[in-house]
Amino acid sequence: MMFLSYVGLVAALLSGAISLVMITPERSKRLLIGLAERLTFQSAAEGLARQKDDRFHRSVEYAAFGLLGLSGIAVLASGLGALLSEQVVTDQLPFGLPWLAWHLRLDALSGLFLAVIGVAVIAVSLYGPGYVRKFRRSGHSFPVLGFCTGWFVAGMELVVLADDAFLFMIAWELMSVASYFLVAFHHEHAANRRASFLYLLMAVVGAIHLILAFGVVAAFAPNFTFEALRGTPLSPFWATIAFSLALVGFGMKAGLVPLHAWLPAAHPVAPSHISALMSGVMLKVAVYGFIRFVFDLLGDVHWGWGMSTLALGTGSAALGALYALQQNNLKRLLAYSSIENIGIIFMALGLSMIFSGNGHGDLGVIGFIAALYHVVNHAVFKSLLFLGTGTVLQQAHEDNLEHLGGLVKRLPRTSVIFLVGCVAISGLPPMNGFVSEWLTFQTALQVSAIDSGVVRSMIPVAAALLAFTGAVAAAAFVKVYGVGFLGQPRSRHAAHAREALHPGMLLGPAFLAMLCVVLGVFPTWVIEALDNVSEQLMAVKLPGASAHGWLWLTPVSRSVASYSGPLVFLAFALAGWVIYRLLLTSPDAVRARRGPRWDCGFGGLSPRMQYTSTAFSQPLRRVFHPVFELSERVDAEPRGHKLLTPAALDYQLEVSDRSWRHAYQPLAGWIEAAARQVGRIQTGNIRTYIAYSFFTLLLLLGVVS
Amino acid sequence: MGIAQQTIYEQAVLFIAAVVVFTSFLMLAQKRLFPLIALFASQGFLLAVTTALVAYDRDYPHLYASALITLFIKAMVIPWLLRRWIIQLDVHREVESLLYPTYVMMAASALVLFSYYIVLPIERLSTLASRNALAVSFAVVLLGMLLMIARRQAVTHVIGFMSIENGLFFAAVTATGGMPMVVELGVAFDVLVAAVLFGVFFFHIRSSIDSLDVDELNRLHEVDTR
Amino acid sequence: MAWLLVFVETALFIALAPLFAGWVKWVKCWLQNRRPPSLLQPYRDLAKLFRKRPVIADQASWVFEAAPYIVFATAVFSAGIVPFVAAHMPTAKIADLIVLVGFFALGRFFLTLAGMDLGTAFGGMGSSREMMIASLAEPAMLMAIFTLAMSASTTNVSQAIDWVQQSGLVLRPSFAFALAGLIMVAVAETGRIPIDNPATHLELTMVHEAMVLEYSGKYLALMEWASQIKLMLYGVLIANIFFPWGIAHDFSPDTLGRGFVAIAAKLALLGAVLPTGETLFAKMRVFRYQEFLGFAYLLSLLGMLSHVILEVN
Repeated sequence: MMFLSYVGLVAALLSGAISLVMITPERSKRLLIGLAERLTFQSAAEGLARQKDDRFHRSVEYAAFGLLGLSGIAVLASGLGALLSEQVVTDQLPFGLPWLAWHLRLDALSGLFLAVIGVAVIAVSLYGPGYVRKFRRSGHSFPVLGFCTGWFVAGMELVVLADDAFLFMIAWELMSVASYFLVAFHHEHAANRRASFLYLLMAVVGAIHLILAFGVVAAFAPNFTFEALRGTPLSPFWATIAFSLALVGFGMKAGLVPLHAWLPAAHPVAPSHISALMSGVMLKVAVYGFIRFVFDLLGDVHWGWGMSTLALGTGSAALGALYALQQNNLKRLLAYSSIENIGIIFMALGLSMIFSGNGHGDLGVIGFIAALYHVVNHAVFKSLLFLGTGTVLQQAHEDNLEHLGGLVKRLPRTSVIFLVGCVAISGLPPMNGFVSEWLTFQTALQVSAIDSGVVRSMIPVAAALLAFTGAVAAAAFVKVYGVGFLGQPRSRHAAHAREALHPGMLLGPAFLAMLCVVLGVFPTWVIEALDNVSEQLMAVKLPGASAHGWLWLTPVSRSVASYSGPLVFLAFALAGWVIYRLLLTSPDAVRARRGPRWDCGFGGLSPRMQYTSTAFSQPLRRVFHPVFELSERVDAEPRGHKLLTPAALDYQLEVSDRSWRHAYQPLAGWIEAAARQVGRIQTGNIRTYIAYSFFTLLLLLGVVS
Repeated sequence: MGIAQQTIYEQAVLFIAAVVVFTSFLMLAQKRLFPLIALFASQGFLLAVTTALVAYDRDYPHLYASALITLFIKAMVIPWLLRRWIIQLDVHREVESLLYPTYVMMAASALVLFSYYIVLPIERLSTLASRNALAVSFAVVLLGMLLMIARRQAVTHVIGFMSIENGLFFAAVTATGGMPMVVELGVAFDVLVAAVLFGVFFFHIRSSIDSLDVDELNRLHEVDTR
Repeated sequence: MAWLLVFVETALFIALAPLFAGWVKWVKCWLQNRRPPSLLQPYRDLAKLFRKRPVIADQASWVFEAAPYIVFATAVFSAGIVPFVAAHMPTAKIADLIVLVGFFALGRFFLTLAGMDLGTAFGGMGSSREMMIASLAEPAMLMAIFTLAMSASTTNVSQAIDWVQQSGLVLRPSFAFALAGLIMVAVAETGRIPIDNPATHLELTMVHEAMVLEYSGKYLALMEWASQIKLMLYGVLIANIFFPWGIAHDFSPDTLGRGFVAIAAKLALLGAVLPTGETLFAKMRVFRYQEFLGFAYLLSLLGMLSHVILEVN
């Protein structure tokens, strides 16, 4: 199994290397022809010589994405193997420091996250060739894109496999830096450069916290391997310090509020398939890091940590959903939705910690499984949605909802696949999103087992906020689909959009959509697999998950709650089908007549008269206006001296993130002020510099003596 | 023991406790004066009913007299007095606009939870089955104070003050089975005297600053923050 | 045999839903001193709609045509699993309260998409208001479900019914508050006054009606019937969970008959309480919904706090 992971790593690195060929396409082509001739592949050499430049480019693209897809398949296979076989494989590579080789470990937790990476990478590699074609024409550099994509994927795979702190941080930084170049891909616009700078800055700050966290634990351990870190006993004080540092570090990468500012800036800027990888996979790697650090390395979880994780998760979920609803840029909306889903994952983890910390490990494992299930679900449907957005962006040349519309007729197949993604992310049965939310609710419902009445009162409030989040998220995706795909086209580009021609651009998202359905209808199989993770980490298995067969999901016991994915799906489909057949054979089964829409008799409905994206989100914007930073402006151009009937109206609305003005800017201000104070050391006067050396010399002499 | 194991009278006491704290919440949200007084009167009525129930269940005959006094003073006399004054002061048509109603409600819920947390060790000392109501009574006291903080109308302040006293009385009845009769009578007549004095003050305030908005009394600060 | 009973019960549920709607209308007219239409009028309306030839706008997509089937299917599915006459049908094991909420959400999702499909301003308005109401009502509903589940230790409807019956007559403040909160949420979710007026003709006051404005013929019949089934669903849930006495626990014709009479009586009572409330209160303007639903949330929260503080040791 480890061998397969190595294959995956190497394939990803090679994919990056191959893309570099495109830096000098002509010379590389000649090199390849020469190489083929030398190896006496004469026909291949002639074929290559005959190829036009365009086809050569395409071949390289296919090769790069093909290798990436191979990487995805390999890690998916190895991940599933590790997950299902319950074995733990460790290995050492001869790289790294002289006294600390690189340790790698493939256990159920790594296997699960490798499988998640693999699934997303497969979908992206199917989708990629059709999508990057447009970069050829616009003069963007494919070598950079391909190289950084390959190394980004390799970095993520390596993080999940790492078994010592050094390799973990190296792979983490590789992941961050490679994705920085991907985020900065469209660097022509200043706003994009700012976004990528913010991304890099927060990645570095997060990494510093992680290094400190590892450092705290490693201070009490013999060396830096996870094996050693796992066994070290820590006093509660130091454990809490380590936990807080890890929460900040991993939370910053995952996008917990208030550490999320880079997400909505970076995701819209990167190419769509990269945003799919970042949102679908990289955020999950951060979750993996958190789980590995807290549940595995720290071991004994204190329930107070669970309360803070629950609070942060609930806040991220509610705020992420509310902000997502207010966005008009499709990718930004999806970015805030990622923040919301990460919040849900951390909520489930927090609940798990609260139960485990109070001695109810068997109840805590339900929360843990719910979090892992949501990790898988979110990776699948968020990647699906980002890939779909990429198709829309490529075919309709718009990613602003205010300029889209009517795409359900122009892009029929993409719109069906996108609908599956929207239903899944809104947490509606029978799709996968519903199962993980149901499990989270069931975890929260076990609250009666906790002794403290105060905690027992706060968990239902968190659960109510989770319900609120789900409803607002559904509203956001009704907006996305209703404004973007249904209705009438709101711009010329949207009216002339055509379906994606390249089959890969349909196959990749369709693969993910099919997974959404499978994960929703057969939850018991998934949970049996996830059980292995919890068994290895916490030595507890879900009490009776499949106690009643593969058909019934009973997390606690049958009398408490039961859910049957297949039965629900079948019953619902049966109901729909029966009604449809009945009505087809009813007396008036003649085809409906076509006619105009209701326009109150005035006639002349134009696409400008339909509800806009801003209008759809207005009621919730008004109800929750303290949450947002709103600035509205209405300018009326008066018609002569008549005040009530202006000639033209100009409406401007800006919805910005409150945390930016209240948390980030003050913090940046303080840092700058502190830096200015420190900068006073640099007086520019040569005498003071000599004085510095002099006083340091005195100090050292005093210390030595 | 859980609620299912208690007698119907004890269950009724706990039920009324929940309704009393509900009326406190309603008072926090009520903008008009007549319904506010009606809520206060209903709180007094529920108190009287609770006292009678505890008297019946625990066989303390003196509590019947206590119930009657409560009913008379808190549910009839004081509301009547307040209504008369409001009509004479001509403020009954005013609708007070609430400042930050959402935050006040969230604070009120947090106060209920906080009073539960505070009262937990004390609850273990009582022997009455209805001792769970102690947390609720404490919550009524705190909510009465919140009412005084969150509202600007002077009449609302008086009602907040009275509901603090309601809460304390409720605590006494449910946790210890009432107070000695002398204390009862003393407190009851003190409250009545306070109500009369408040009435006098209403007219004085109104004639001096021409409104019953206590924020207008801000002129009492010494430092000139211009 | 029990599965045959499931189909019969579901069919009975769907068939009686228009009658329930007719009863509500009858009581409302009677309260307002108007002459009420016949109790069977909703059946006549549905039959008329099914007979008529539907007119669909030129700009409609497949979502518009599929939505009524999906919405009706969710209603029929929910009607099939909720305990109506008997508490332990074979489908009772899927009857989880959160699954029911999820299916209502699925129906609402497609209903709002259908409202936005034609690109009319009315449809968009109805959809956006509907999603606002849903967002504000979900926390209240979930908190009420939690209060129930914390006492009964289950989210399964038939298990909860069993538990309530076994505990006997207990005066629980948490249940009283949860009932009040659930009734308010039910009013919001089914689109009755004071949230939405189902009989309005003014487009700017519509929420549910605006989303189905463009439907006609069999599509409109399906949508109307689905909303009638939803109203009856909420009534059955409230009646059977909070006042379950009378429901059948086995499948003998004796107990089934008694169960049917019991639920019919409870629904008749609820169907008289609802129009009383509708007559006493006026429809609120849209931005007062947050106060109404916030109050529902407060009631449910008080129910949960009463449970934690007053009802357990």
